[in-house]
Amino acid sequence: MSRWLEFDRKMREVDVDIAKLERLLGAGGISDERRTQVREQIAALRRRQEQITRELFSRLTAWDNVLLARHVDRPYTLDYIGAIFEDFVELHGDRRFGDDPAIVAGLASLEAETVAVVGHQKGRDVKERQFRNFGSARPEGYRKAARVMRLAEKFRFPVVSFVDTPAAESRLEAEERGIANAIAENMLLMSTLATPIVVVIIGEGGSGGAIGIGVGDHVMMLEHAIYSVIPPESCAVILEAFGRDPSRGPDAAEALRLSAQRTLELGAVDEVIPEPLGGAHRDPAEAAEKLKAALTRSLARLRAIPTDELLAARYRKYRRIGHFVEQV
Amino acid sequence: MTQQGASRPAGDAVPEGLWAKCSRCGEMLYLPELQQELYVCRHCGHHRRLTARERVAITADEGSFQERDAELRTSDPLRFPAYQEKLAESEARSGLPESMIWGECTIEGRPMVLAVMDFNFMGGSMGAVLGEKFVRAAEWAIARRLPLLVFACSGGARMQEGIVSLLQMAKTTAAVGQLGSAGLPFLAVFTDPLTAGVFASFASVADVAIAEHNALVGFAGPRVIEQAFKIKLPPGSHTAEFQFQHGMVDMVATRRELRPLLVRLLRLLAPHREEMST
Repeated sequence: MSRWLEFDRKMREVDVDIAKLERLLGAGGISDERRTQVREQIAALRRRQEQITRELFSRLTAWDNVLLARHVDRPYTLDYIGAIFEDFVELHGDRRFGDDPAIVAGLASLEAETVAVVGHQKGRDVKERQFRNFGSARPEGYRKAARVMRLAEKFRFPVVSFVDTPAAESRLEAEERGIANAIAENMLLMSTLATPIVVVIIGEGGSGGAIGIGVGDHVMMLEHAIYSVIPPESCAVILEAFGRDPSRGPDAAEALRLSAQRTLELGAVDEVIPEPLGGAHRDPAEAAEKLKAALTRSLARLRAIPTDELLAARYRKYRRIGHFVEQV
Repeated sequence: MTQQGASRPAGDAVPEGLWAKCSRCGEMLYLPELQQELYVCRHCGHHRRLTARERVAITADEGSFQERDAELRTSDPLRFPAYQEKLAESEARSGLPESMIWGECTIEGRPMVLAVMDFNFMGGSMGAVLGEKFVRAAEWAIARRLPLLVFACSGGARMQEGIVSLLQMAKTTAAVGQLGSAGLPFLAVFTDPLTAGVFASFASVADVAIAEHNALVGFAGPRVIEQAFKIKLPPGSHTAEFQFQHGMVDMVATRRELRPLLVRLLRLLAPHREEMST
């Protein structure tokens, strides 16, 4: 169903070939002639890889994008925090019930200024994925984020929020501790927090789980991230328009217009940050550098705005989001 | 943010004629009497779902409700498959062009802004029109210095409006923030069923939240969880009483108890406001 998935496999094969050839070069004991030959082989492989990538990425489908956004090698919140900020100190616990590893929060330094950071955290291997609950945050995760955001407000530190979740945790324990309330309270807090808030959707912007830490003055989306009211597979199961068929997820993905570009066109985010060719996971350092530049730029702009104007503009921004007609 | 099966037709619509059957206990109910009983079964206490118009009729002083923004319609921003058909079907079923109506009214002579959702219109789902109507209701309340009362029932955000509908959660909640800054009370009554994106947005940040007896109330509907996680939920989870036990609502009230309770709360929350005579 996805050309990209097939392509991704091939890319990895080529990566392995290139790595083999590079090892050959590094091993020594080969003739100069052979060395030149190998270098040319590597260059040819790289050129070809880039060409294929450009061709494919010029016509990515919505479903390709969904798989890209969920890619296991895609940089996660802690990867970006490590690459973008200095001196990150993680803070734990919501002071109510517990500490949710699906959301990380803390203080860090960006260009010698303190910022508060919150974000969903997914896990890469089986053990960490379970520990992080696949990035599905519980009420205590949202309440930890709220606590750290209030801390930021108290000292006038700006807030940077990284969004990357399939959905909020919805099982019974989450219900008992008020997952709906935690999300609603966070949106209320973020719509009135008297300090700048920048939000970046770095991977999966999964419905209520995403918007629970997703309200801000400037909302950015990485080029291959997705932002959706419902997972496309679930949408396909529910709606007759897709035959209530989970395998029609790709059609639902198309209809939901969940890519960064479509989301920007619908007025639901303010900026799209380009990713390195082939996606953020192909060059995490470059992805982080681009994101850092965008963050620094928008924080500098927002810091210069007096708080009352900032809050009024934030309300107006959300007030405007809507598509309707007035029939007389 | 959307509950599965939310758009199925209400199972307990009252058939034509003078008699109706209770959808829970199966007893026959005499319609004029059922109306007197506010559509609560006198045998088993089942609270039949109300349409928005029925809710207004049993809540506002007679003839006082002045509807506003009735002309708002979705512009179908995603050109979503089969959405237009679904809208037409819902309008025919509910007699409403959208899932919320709002206006100014009086209750026991006290003026207020009243917004009521209707599950018969696409499962009470929240799209851009509902978001806009809610915000206009809140802004009207602020301009007129009136309290806002909302009856919320919803299957969640409306899939057919994609990310635009998700963002209505933030938009409506931000409007509650404006009401708060203006020092005006916001009351929410959770009616059957209230789930997902509406439960997780403006409804949950009300100053006082009342759940109507026996309403289903939950972030994800119980059927959704049982299917998705292949687990069996204990009986009684995701109900008004369950949410009360876990501290998520201030009280559970029967339909009969609601109106007097709202009047008392509004009197306490806005004591400076002189009562107007009817």
